Amino acid sequence: MAGKPKLHYFNARGRMESIRWLLAAAGVEFEEQFLASPEDLEKLRNEDGSLMFQQVPMVEIDGMKLAQTRAILNYIAAKYNLYGKDIKERALIDMYSEGMADLNEMILHLPLCPPDQKDAKMTQIREKTTNRYFPAFEKVLKSHGQHYLVGNRLSRADIHLVELIYYIEEIDPSLMANFPLLKALKTRISNLPPVKKFLQPGSQRKPPIDAKALEEARKIFKF
Amino acid sequence: TVSAFQFEEQFLASPEDLEKLRNEDGSLMFQQVPMVEIDGMKLAQTRAILNYIAAKYNLYGKDIKERALIDMYSEGMADLNEMIMHLPLCPPHEKDAKMTQIREKTTNRYFPAFEKVLKSHGQHYLVGNRLSRADIHLVELIYYIEEIDPSLMANFLLLKALKTRISNLPPVKKFLQPGSQRKPPVDAKALEEARKIVN
Repeated sequence: MAGKPKLHYFNARGRMESIRWLLAAAGVEFEEQFLASPEDLEKLRNEDGSLMFQQVPMVEIDGMKLAQTRAILNYIAAKYNLYGKDIKERALIDMYSEGMADLNEMILHLPLCPPDQKDAKMTQIREKTTNRYFPAFEKVLKSHGQHYLVGNRLSRADIHLVELIYYIEEIDPSLMANFPLLKALKTRISNLPPVKKFLQPGSQRKPPIDAKALEEARKIFKF
Repeated sequence: TVSAFQFEEQFLASPEDLEKLRNEDGSLMFQQVPMVEIDGMKLAQTRAILNYIAAKYNLYGKDIKERALIDMYSEGMADLNEMIMHLPLCPPHEKDAKMTQIREKTTNRYFPAFEKVLKSHGQHYLVGNRLSRADIHLVELIYYIEEIDPSLMANFLLLKALKTRISNLPPVKKFLQPGSQRKPPVDAKALEEARKIVN
């Protein structure tokens, strides 16, 4: 049996955080190799076969060096039975997860916004959360009254959504006001032992990016 | 086996068409298209739709490890395709830079990666020695790159061979013929229409 998965990224949330959440929720221990300088990224790029498109995230898992966030998430979800019981459940999980990814992308880009665009970006996030994405997920939970989004059991969709709710609450807790079922989901999922552990201080969960970490990332990734 | 799947299309031709669909309860989960009605579902989100079709028609590998490779390759292709998709939407003063980026990424990042995969195993398909969605997505992408600049294909012999092989599969051959549901590059008129519909 292969060793623990090894995550290659810089020491921040970025595009790796949803992978950390999913592994943690699946109860899978993982190691992390942080890129701390442009030289670290160059070194990884020069390792033949390590970074297929010279990009991170990259996760070493089960003998593979997997790049591309969705490829990594899909593999972990399927391996740990968090991807539904058949292709129709997977279709729903994918549809919901992709909607979450669209909202998450806006949140991801917020720190990178030039100051004169920040207000507009924030307004867009609030508007889309309140009028598009969270009503859609609240409606799913309301429609079947079950404890999980799909198939009456835990899937990646629940994990991704709870992660997103934590980010929205960091931005503005009042945005959750009209979504009682989402709040209940968040509580339930947060109480699952592996998730509870991940939510505690000292876990591998990363804090919001601060100005210093952002500067470091700009240097490493040259953006 | 390759399946010759027939599909219908309902075109949105005006902002009112999109509004109508948005107002149909349960039709557009996030009020967006693409949306595909398939097997009793109204599926939105491009990747959800593609994943379902690939799995249903056995174009998604034989196990989760093959699927991981297919996903990794397909996501790289999607990144390049995203740049190409945005090209018509570029303001004129940004077009050259965008074009340069596409050329650079095709030549130095994406196509070398896929050429290397084919070279590494010498097989006729990207993954698992049989046709998968990765081959289809890549050949589609090659057609777009050739529309932009055929000389970009010069150093990618195995990719060119893949394109020929896949293009000769009967259902693909049919799709490549005039009169099929394959769409041409967007022209200025269609782009204006799209801007109005999607705002």
